Amino acid sequence: MKKNQDQVRVFTRRAFVIAGVQGALLGVLGGRLAWLQISQGARYKTLSDKNRINLKVLAPERGEIVDRFGVPLAVNAQNFRALIIPEQATDIEETLRRLQKMIELSEDDIQAVLKEAQKTAKFVPIEITDDLAWEDVAKIEVNLPDLPGLSTDAGKRRTYPFKEATAHLVGYVGAVSKNDIGDDPVLSLPGFKIGKTGIEKRFDLEMRGQAGRSEVEVNVVGREVRELKKRQSHHGRRVTLTIDGELQRFAQNRLSQEKSASAVIMDAHTGAVYALASAPAFDPNAFTSRISAAYWEELLANPAHPMTNKAVSGQYPPASTFKMISLLAGLQSGEINNNTTVFCKGYYEFGRDRFHCWKRGGHGWVDGRKALQMSCDTYFYDMATKVGIDKIAVVARMMGLGQKLDFELTEERPGLVPDRNWKRGKIGEKWQPGESIVASIGQGYLQATPLQLAVMTARLVNGGYAVKPWITADGLAQNSMPEKGWLKLDIDPKHLEIVKDGMEQVVNTKEGTAYGSRAADPALAFGGKTGTGQVQRITMKQRLEGVKNEELAWKSRHHALFVGYAPLKSPRYIASVVVEHGVGGSRTAAPLARDLLIETQKRDPGATPIHSLGLNPNAPLKNEEPA
Amino acid sequence: MRSLHDIMSRSITIHSDQNIFEKLRHLNWGLLLLITAVSCIGFAALYSAAGGSLSPWASKQMMRFGVAMIGMLIIALIDIKWWFRLTWPLYFLGLFLLIVVEIIGHVGMGAQRWINLGFMQLQPSELMKIVVVMALARYFHAATIDDMRRLPFLVIPTMIIMAPVALVLLQPDLGTSLMIVMVGAAMLFMAGASIWLYIGGAIAAVASVPIAWHFMHDYQKQRVLTFLNPESDPLGAGYHITQSKIALGSGGVSGKGFLEGTQSRLNFLPEKQTDFIFTLWAEEQGLFGGAILLLLFGLIFLYGLMIAIKSRHNFSRYLALGLSVNFSLYVFINIAMVMGLIPVVGAPLPLISYGGTSMLAALIGFGLMMSCSLHQDSKVSR
Repeated sequence: MKKNQDQVRVFTRRAFVIAGVQGALLGVLGGRLAWLQISQGARYKTLSDKNRINLKVLAPERGEIVDRFGVPLAVNAQNFRALIIPEQATDIEETLRRLQKMIELSEDDIQAVLKEAQKTAKFVPIEITDDLAWEDVAKIEVNLPDLPGLSTDAGKRRTYPFKEATAHLVGYVGAVSKNDIGDDPVLSLPGFKIGKTGIEKRFDLEMRGQAGRSEVEVNVVGREVRELKKRQSHHGRRVTLTIDGELQRFAQNRLSQEKSASAVIMDAHTGAVYALASAPAFDPNAFTSRISAAYWEELLANPAHPMTNKAVSGQYPPASTFKMISLLAGLQSGEINNNTTVFCKGYYEFGRDRFHCWKRGGHGWVDGRKALQMSCDTYFYDMATKVGIDKIAVVARMMGLGQKLDFELTEERPGLVPDRNWKRGKIGEKWQPGESIVASIGQGYLQATPLQLAVMTARLVNGGYAVKPWITADGLAQNSMPEKGWLKLDIDPKHLEIVKDGMEQVVNTKEGTAYGSRAADPALAFGGKTGTGQVQRITMKQRLEGVKNEELAWKSRHHALFVGYAPLKSPRYIASVVVEHGVGGSRTAAPLARDLLIETQKRDPGATPIHSLGLNPNAPLKNEEPA
Repeated sequence: MRSLHDIMSRSITIHSDQNIFEKLRHLNWGLLLLITAVSCIGFAALYSAAGGSLSPWASKQMMRFGVAMIGMLIIALIDIKWWFRLTWPLYFLGLFLLIVVEIIGHVGMGAQRWINLGFMQLQPSELMKIVVVMALARYFHAATIDDMRRLPFLVIPTMIIMAPVALVLLQPDLGTSLMIVMVGAAMLFMAGASIWLYIGGAIAAVASVPIAWHFMHDYQKQRVLTFLNPESDPLGAGYHITQSKIALGSGGVSGKGFLEGTQSRLNFLPEKQTDFIFTLWAEEQGLFGGAILLLLFGLIFLYGLMIAIKSRHNFSRYLALGLSVNFSLYVFINIAMVMGLIPVVGAPLPLISYGGTSMLAALIGFGLMMSCSLHQDSKVSR
């Protein structure tokens, strides 16, 4: 019992110690509060009793995006805004109506401002328009006494001088959405924009720069009285691309002649991308301010998906452009050699199934080169039954298909190279030999993006180096060409030579499927391979009736593909082209690729080293006068 | 020497001849009034945080308060002997929930802390703090002074504390785990552990600073560095503290007036409805309003002390004072944080900050405290 009393005594004593500590801590908090609010309060409140200090975040200027010659692709242009502060306006609508008489202002704009005014605090300025001409600013300034609450200011607006031509590649900036709000205080600045797609999105953090800070004295209505302290903001990093802006524009214009197409032009040895375009496109400048609802709906309704960058995210059956891979796999496996020939009678029988060659009467005796030249399907059907899908898949992956290539654009997609394991795992069925036959001509499960097709072609003709594509020139991504050069692939150079010979003959011999699209000037000659990707199966009925593919509905027509290289002797430039529902590779894709390869050779962007202003955001841009 | 089983199974016998009306009459109405007053300050602050609107925060918080209040009364009316008996099952249920949150918990704010119950996000670590206090009170209930001076006797309580601490650290939630350790240390102290343990502990803590530094996450290191020199990064991590201090300081003695706080409502303050709610209150109500709130909190601590002192058996003593310490730790850590006295740890201000679990945890704690008070005259057999 005594022990219990002892313990109660100890407890009581210690309980009071704890209470004492609690009391002391409360005292500390109270003291700190008093110190902050009485002695420090003066520092924050300044002399005037109603003024206060605002810590203002100064928006950094976004880094520009320039092409390989330093030509700007994304810049910050001066713009003038009209703002209204509801608190200072006696009647907002009245002010807006008066303003409407001076500058162009739609009814929608007025309603939008009125709606906004109801939502936000009365002292927060609301943007009326961000696209004022200098004359408008002058008009407003003169009439300010009649426009209570109105003010104008000058800001910067992201502008894309190449418009549609760089829409997918460079991307665009847009308002910060709820999901984007993070630690960076600049994100909560009104009107602050961040990268939404393309390079703008991928290197947003680098280009964003560092916010500055200014302590300003503000009066009771929120108007700044004077600036007390200032730390400048830091301009974001400038990003230099490997792109040739003019070539990009040329490619975009040429692609726009088709309903829906995309293309990649790259360097076979370095992997630098010179142009990457997808048509139809959109005007990115429309996205940096209030985009009109009509334009947005038009973009969404377009069946050719103008918002998608098909060059990196369009996945198509590679069709006959895959025959180089099949031939290479055949040669590598040892099942066929330089002299192996197959007789094509227009179809190939396997078990009870009949696989048709695209040419009804057949090609007669063909060897590997000829099979490429005339795009004979039968040769590959026969080869595929001997080699099997797994060996073909290994070579396909070696050449860059079926995987992401660590490209800088986040929209990049992986494509698909099937094999036995893949089918067992994904579909849960056994691989059928007939599927190898279909795969040998690039149909069936196979899928590749135009970017992958360009990389595949580059690896075929550059002597077998595992080149990867890259687009930012200043080492922002790890993908730029490694110092020791690209890894050499384990492929017999003689086999690559055979494939290259075949591709040369496709364009430059009478029997070649792309002979009609050859270069008129022999000095600009190129090689390549056509492809025609089935979108719908050709029914026996259509085959018998001889229905022409171009007579079908647009969505049912074949995709047209072409991959090519130039010059013939020592290939440097690679082009891959996909024309969606373009009926046939030799019909639409080959002429398009010819125009691109000829223009590329004429411009020869690879001959000039990349303009190296990227690291210094303060260096003047090419078409700007030094300040 | 008593066996462990012996100590753990000793129970309290209470003559429960009070009927429910009598119990209600004896309920600690003063404490209930204080809790309601503080919560009302919270509603007013949330109303102001939303720019003078009940939605989205104040109305929801009132509903939660109502529901949690009913829960508190039920807990208070339940005989303390039931809580005594339920302690171990509750403790292991708490541990189980912490493991569950580790496995299936949703990822919220970059760390796994939540279990989604559908109608609310439950944060088991908040409830665990209360259960740890119960478990320690239960364990020390039958302990004597001599027991407390024997180090082997303290192995089990250390395990009771460290098991949830380890799980909470995994989440990773450094703030909450430190709080559990601090509450546990306070419980050991009130039960009569040797002073030398604390002196030794303090020396060990200082010595382990470099080791702890090594194991901290980058964001935690950043917080500590920013705390030591907030001006170094006024727009990054130091932004919150600087803004909070400007808001507090500019409030002055009399404050800017209800709904007139500019720093908070112009969105200079992040998380103004949760962690920085005290700033908003003190900016608008000044030193006067801030001091009143501190005073109300002080009175609540005092009630905890009174209930503990008046109790006639150890379980209630330790439970009531432990819960009071737990509650006050929240208050100290949150307010010290917004005043820039300690690093930003992300702890809510109980009863005031917007948040369901925090409100629920606070009122469960008070429910248990009231149950102690209601049954303070109970006879205890040892």
